[in-house]
Amino acid sequence: MAVAASGTGASGGGLRRLRWSALKRNAKLWRGAAAIALTLVLWECGSRASQQLGMQLPFIGLIPPPTAVLAAWAEVIPQFGYWESWYLSFKRVLAGFLSAMVVGIPFGLLLAVSRYCREIFFPPFEVLRPIPPLAWVPASLIFWPTNELSIAFVTFLGAFFTIVINVLGGARSIDIRLLRAAQSMGATKWDMFWRIVLPASLPSIFTGAAVGMGITWEVVLAAEMISGGGTQGGGGLGFFIWNSYMGGSLEQIVVGMFSIGIAGYLSSSAIRYLGDRCMPWRRLF
Amino acid sequence: MAASVAVNQSTAPGAAAKGAVSIRNVTKVYDPEGVNVMAVDDCSMEIAAGEVCMVVGPSGCGKTTLLNAIAGFHSITAGEIHLDGELLCGPDKPLAEQGADRVVVFQNGALFPWKTLRDNVAYGPLVRGQLSKRDALDKAAQMLADVGLAEFAEKYPGEVSSGMARRAEIVRALINDPKVLLLDEPYRAMDELTKSIMHEALLEMYDRTRVTMFFITHDLEEAIFLGDRVVVMTTRPCRTKKIVDVNIPRPRDYHLLSSEAFRLLVEEASEAVHEEALKAFTAGERELA
Ligand SMILES: Nc1ncnc2c1ncn2[C@@H]1O[C@H](COP(=O)(O)OP(=O)(O)OP(=O)(O)O)[C@@H](O)[C@H]1O
Ligand SMILES: [Mg+2]
Repeated sequence: MAVAASGTGASGGGLRRLRWSALKRNAKLWRGAAAIALTLVLWECGSRASQQLGMQLPFIGLIPPPTAVLAAWAEVIPQFGYWESWYLSFKRVLAGFLSAMVVGIPFGLLLAVSRYCREIFFPPFEVLRPIPPLAWVPASLIFWPTNELSIAFVTFLGAFFTIVINVLGGARSIDIRLLRAAQSMGATKWDMFWRIVLPASLPSIFTGAAVGMGITWEVVLAAEMISGGGTQGGGGLGFFIWNSYMGGSLEQIVVGMFSIGIAGYLSSSAIRYLGDRCMPWRRLF
Repeated sequence: MAASVAVNQSTAPGAAAKGAVSIRNVTKVYDPEGVNVMAVDDCSMEIAAGEVCMVVGPSGCGKTTLLNAIAGFHSITAGEIHLDGELLCGPDKPLAEQGADRVVVFQNGALFPWKTLRDNVAYGPLVRGQLSKRDALDKAAQMLADVGLAEFAEKYPGEVSSGMARRAEIVRALINDPKVLLLDEPYRAMDELTKSIMHEALLEMYDRTRVTMFFITHDLEEAIFLGDRVVVMTTRPCRTKKIVDVNIPRPRDYHLLSSEAFRLLVEEASEAVHEEALKAFTAGERELA
């Protein structure tokens, strides 16, 4: 009865509030758009200032204006090489990332549930983990027969350590009451793993994946710049930037940078989307 | 409530009562080689089949410890615990096996956040292979409907109020048809209004199932309102200090709260608890000094 009364009372204000919230949501969108537009305008003016003022502004004067960047972008878009760079980078990122997930998630879970495995594998793991992925490059170049394989290995390592440490942390911090509740209802070890430990670790698995994906992109691009083109292990967006630098095309460098930004955004959106699909209970409201 | 009696026929009133718990001279020392905390000392109590036994006592006195021992979450140091005449744990077997005959409802709630209320409730029968997936889900939906949660069955625990979550959690325990329900302050930190609704819902469930309850609480009015007996524990190490018999007939409703008999019982329990709480407080002061 009390609930019904408050319900009807709120419905009039509710509608107004709804419109207000829609407006507010739009306002947020508009603010975002305005900020981007303003940045572009300032950037354009800043880099063109040398023509008007007769002198170059520090820093910004060196950067090509957005219109020039767009022109350069329009120029490379029809080219096969540009898209091949995208393809090569994505292929490497996916290979490194997926293999790190496939190996890292079970390994992290194994460490979490088995004390013996933890005691055996965790110390060497912790010694290797602080080594930055790029420090592995020379060793991996020597060790693996092809450049492509060494790039794959280094990217794998970059994501692997992050994923394992996240999965391990998540699976170890499961509320003991949930485990006890399951046990007291007669769950076997196997059930506990599949129905409790795994779903409870999903949030940290996806955190690990998101961070791991970022690291993978960093490593792939760095590796592509180091490897410097050629038939084997060359190409990719990293090489695209390097090549533009060697060719002295400032506009293309910026195009490459933004391409990487978009590629990274697409990758993290995909992970977010998957996370929402796999964890519907976290998408409340 | 006649319509819903059918759900749990095996434990309906009139069926042979089960779930008598006998706690005999139980002692629990945590970490005997290290910090050596004696949480429970030579504690004995008999809980009859179908009884609602309320356990109150100062904070940190060892109530949860006792419950955990019955549930089989940790071992006891000495003594014995029996369930329906069968040994749960004793000198030769300090750790009781965990089993669905003693289901726990935890302090602060422990529904699985990644399962809907219905999947949560169906978990027990499913995981034991007792019912097919379909039957388990049907039964879960039915039992949730019985406590007024029909439209929330497909919601996640994070989407419902704490009162609903707690009701669903008790249903999740009851679907296993346990001999004893072990409740560790299930309604702690709930407002009075929600609590009183929860109490009536619980009493209704109890009238239907007559399941034995070992119910820990800090709230004396709650203890008298729900219980057949209220066991007041001493400060740590925990022993039974006083047993208050609540001779108020069932079914009970909230009118009881304003009766003189109720007030007198609360007073009787409160005196005993206060004495122990004071002891715990001065002991704490002495420890700090
Ligand atoms: N794992 C443990 N190791 C050592 N001491 C413990 C452990 N668990 C509990 N204790 C101690 O045992 C005593 C009893 O704890 P317990 O949780 O049983 O109290 P409680 O009566 O349930 O208290 P509350 O009412 O606050 O829940 C406390 O003094 C606590 O510090
Ligand atoms: Mg407790």
